[in-house]
Amino acid sequence: MAKRPAKHVVELEHAAIPWLLAVAVATAAPHAQHLPLWISLLVACVLLWRSWLWQQNTHLPGRWPLALLVMTGVAGIGWQFHTLFGRDAGVALLVFFMAFKPMEMKTRRDAMVVVMLGFFLLLTHYFYSQSIPTGLWLLASTTLLAATLIRLHGGNQPVSTIFRYAGLLLAQAIPFMVIVFLLFPRISGPLWGLPQDAYSGLTGLSDKMSPGSLNNLIQSGAIAFRVQFSGDLPEKSQLYWRGPVLNDYDGQTWRVNASALPRPIQPPTIESQGKTYSYVMTLEPHNQRWLLALDLPVALPSDSAIAPTFETRAKDPLVSRARYAFTSTIDYVANRHENPDQLRRALHLPPEINPRSRELANTWRLKFESPEQISNAALLMFRQEAYFYTLRPPLLGQQVIDDFLFNTRRGFCEHFASAYVFLMRAAGVPARVVTGYQGGEINPVDGYLTVRQSDAHAWAEIWLADKGWIRVDPTAAVAPSRIELGIEAALPAGDPLPALVRIDTDWLRRLRNRWEAGNNAWNQWVLGYNPARQREVLSRLGLHEPDWLNMTAVLASLCGFALLIVTALTLYRRNTLTPAQRAWHRFCRKLNPLGIVRAEWEGPLAFSKRVARERPELARVAAEAAGHFADLHYGTGQPVQLHRLRECTRSLTDLLKLRTTSRRNPV
Amino acid sequence: MAVIQRFKQWLFRLGYDEQLPIVLTQRRIFILPTRSGLLFSVVLCVMLIGAINYNLSLGHALVFLLAGLGLVAMVHTFRNLVALRLAPGRVEPVFAGEVAHFNVILENEHRQARRALELAFSDHDGVTLDIPPSTQATAAIPCPAPVRGYLDPGRITLSTRYPLGLFNAWSYPHPRLSGLVYPRPVETPLPPFSAASYLGQRHGDSGQEDFTGLRIRQLNDSPRHIAWKAVARDIENRPLLIKQFAGGAAEELWLDMALTPTEGGLETQLSVLAGWVIAAEQLHARYGLRLPGLELAPGQGDAHRTTCLEALALYG
Repeated sequence: MAKRPAKHVVELEHAAIPWLLAVAVATAAPHAQHLPLWISLLVACVLLWRSWLWQQNTHLPGRWPLALLVMTGVAGIGWQFHTLFGRDAGVALLVFFMAFKPMEMKTRRDAMVVVMLGFFLLLTHYFYSQSIPTGLWLLASTTLLAATLIRLHGGNQPVSTIFRYAGLLLAQAIPFMVIVFLLFPRISGPLWGLPQDAYSGLTGLSDKMSPGSLNNLIQSGAIAFRVQFSGDLPEKSQLYWRGPVLNDYDGQTWRVNASALPRPIQPPTIESQGKTYSYVMTLEPHNQRWLLALDLPVALPSDSAIAPTFETRAKDPLVSRARYAFTSTIDYVANRHENPDQLRRALHLPPEINPRSRELANTWRLKFESPEQISNAALLMFRQEAYFYTLRPPLLGQQVIDDFLFNTRRGFCEHFASAYVFLMRAAGVPARVVTGYQGGEINPVDGYLTVRQSDAHAWAEIWLADKGWIRVDPTAAVAPSRIELGIEAALPAGDPLPALVRIDTDWLRRLRNRWEAGNNAWNQWVLGYNPARQREVLSRLGLHEPDWLNMTAVLASLCGFALLIVTALTLYRRNTLTPAQRAWHRFCRKLNPLGIVRAEWEGPLAFSKRVARERPELARVAAEAAGHFADLHYGTGQPVQLHRLRECTRSLTDLLKLRTTSRRNPV
Repeated sequence: MAVIQRFKQWLFRLGYDEQLPIVLTQRRIFILPTRSGLLFSVVLCVMLIGAINYNLSLGHALVFLLAGLGLVAMVHTFRNLVALRLAPGRVEPVFAGEVAHFNVILENEHRQARRALELAFSDHDGVTLDIPPSTQATAAIPCPAPVRGYLDPGRITLSTRYPLGLFNAWSYPHPRLSGLVYPRPVETPLPPFSAASYLGQRHGDSGQEDFTGLRIRQLNDSPRHIAWKAVARDIENRPLLIKQFAGGAAEELWLDMALTPTEGGLETQLSVLAGWVIAAEQLHARYGLRLPGLELAPGQGDAHRTTCLEALALYG
């Protein structure tokens, strides 16, 4: 290589420092939501201190005090998170460095480090949120970062000019982003083991149910999953989305029975008795394995399996939004020949708790012959006696079921389901609690059925020798509207519910529907763009089962094409003629039909003289036009002369017309 | 080595550009990522791995947007140089040891401004300038002038990192440039005036000896001839006055190389002569220059001074 100029150290301009502080604030500020308070405060103080130093134009602190401060801070972060690695500690460290780097920023190279750190910090926001607002904020921050680079390398310009240029650069970069986003070979799953804290804070059903646990979930308006049916969909009262089945009861809490059965079990048999429904569900991550298929699934996606208790499970916990295609039937006979161990589990109760309930169950057992009658007796009791559906039930005593059935008589689905299953088991009917979601709401904007955490529900299943497992929903007996209309209809008006669920005004609901449909499209196409989606898109584009070689070739050629277009647009020099030149050229072109063509080098006055020689009758107008143009282009022409020049063109046209007509009709 | 030399010859088209103005076509513009650009690509790779590992779809999008930004920045850095017209301008002579400034006229025909263009000779300090749309600008590129004679600064390195600093585009325009460098002047006492009189010399004109009167100061008058006493009498209203002298015109100063000390060698002799020329001009003396094989008749004024210094610069 030829010798390049030596790299002189470029001092950082004083006026460029606010840009870098803005970069630090824009990239670090959103992290304040989840960082420990002391880190946020420290970072804010350091940035304010730096701004003050800038404003006073004084010296930066010395190296040693700064190093001491940084070391203390790093130690503090290590103490806070018990590690310096992992996601949260790593983000805290990055934010911390982002605040301190401006403290020793003297050259342009230091400033570049701040900007690069800013780019990296932008990515870390996605650990916490990938919503549309986050995306927009980060787009704005990226513009700021690009503008800062322009400011650093282009010197002082008006702020608006810098931002317009940064916006232009980003706009030109967007085609590349789209192409690479669509075609870059997607690899699913982590490349290496993720830190422990990678997926903390995901909400959803849990594998146990104690009084009040579902209640918390119902308070949340967050979306649990969305469903797209390929045909029509079942009635709302039939939309039971099956989650974990709870078999174990210790007097307080229902749990999923984790221990294996002593005998190997056959796969469950589900016979569909009627129509089947096909649908694709997009599940929000909940860090568990269950998939919440519609009760009961008959066809499963490939990477899932059905448990003996009919809940579908994915191979790995759901840590990112995922799409699953199911076929389900709502009319079924399931496990008519149930494993005896399974039935024994469905009858087990801890001894000696809830004596009054046991007594009641015993009277039923003696009074009725069939399990169905026992079940009906329980439902009749819920329906006819004074039981109330409320999300704010009174606290229950030690004997939970007794207290609920005979004293408080107020509760919601988990109380009713729990009490019902207890009664059934006590009466010798195999029964279990099923948790999941019930209902959902069609978004008219995109036709997706939206199921929220507030649709969380608990119901029961009993086993009958001739019918297998059948669903019984005791809540429906107390509050039928909960099942038919949804939770907001079933509750008395004073009960707390998330504001979003309890929406009466029409326009607000429409607005929410729009917002959520937009979010859904975002989730489906941007966030949910995984290897499967990519294959789908590629085959729609005509690339069936492409291997990486083909994909790379397509990717490279499309990028090359986009680069070509951007280059052409950037380098293309538009017609830089002045209005006067354009008017003069138009005037000259009018003479072309007469065989008088102005040469490229011919000046206006010379040209007008030539016109006068060849067509004396046009001498006057040509001389006038040339005079105006010469004044405008070379001298100090007045704006009015441009109009005169244009008028000359018009009168020239008239003259030419007159000539042709007079030639045609000689007088 | 010969192969590399020939490759460089081909790639950078070493040698003078005879055709003016020099237009920077894409064949003459080279572009490579800067150190910051390399850092940027490393940061992007790490970000991409992070996005893949954590399955961040929006993270993929961000990385690809930034990569696109880098590509676009490359085009824009190139655009900042392409089709720029460059022509050499004038160069003021300097004394050896000073810095010569070579003026180069840059013409921007684009409708966009070109910003942060750096012009330098090899690895000397350069200048940075912006050219507004459809205008010309003059860059005075500094080049140290260590020795007397003609100074050939070599090819110009015209480079830019605008807009994002991720790429450095540069070109090596090589117009024929040459600046005159006078010998470094050394201050020594002037040689004695010779009394020789010349025929036809006009008398009475601006001599050195006898005071003849006052006149209004003109811009090129030396401040040492201002009649401060006369001015101080009425400083508010009186213009600056100059003491006029007459006589002594017949006395001339011959700056002869033979009069200079020889122990320092030729260059020192020339330096002493240069110092004498400057001093004589300051005294408004009439002086002539005598070098072996060259004699410049006595004269006075800037033109004469320039002729003398040129003769010294190019002597030998």
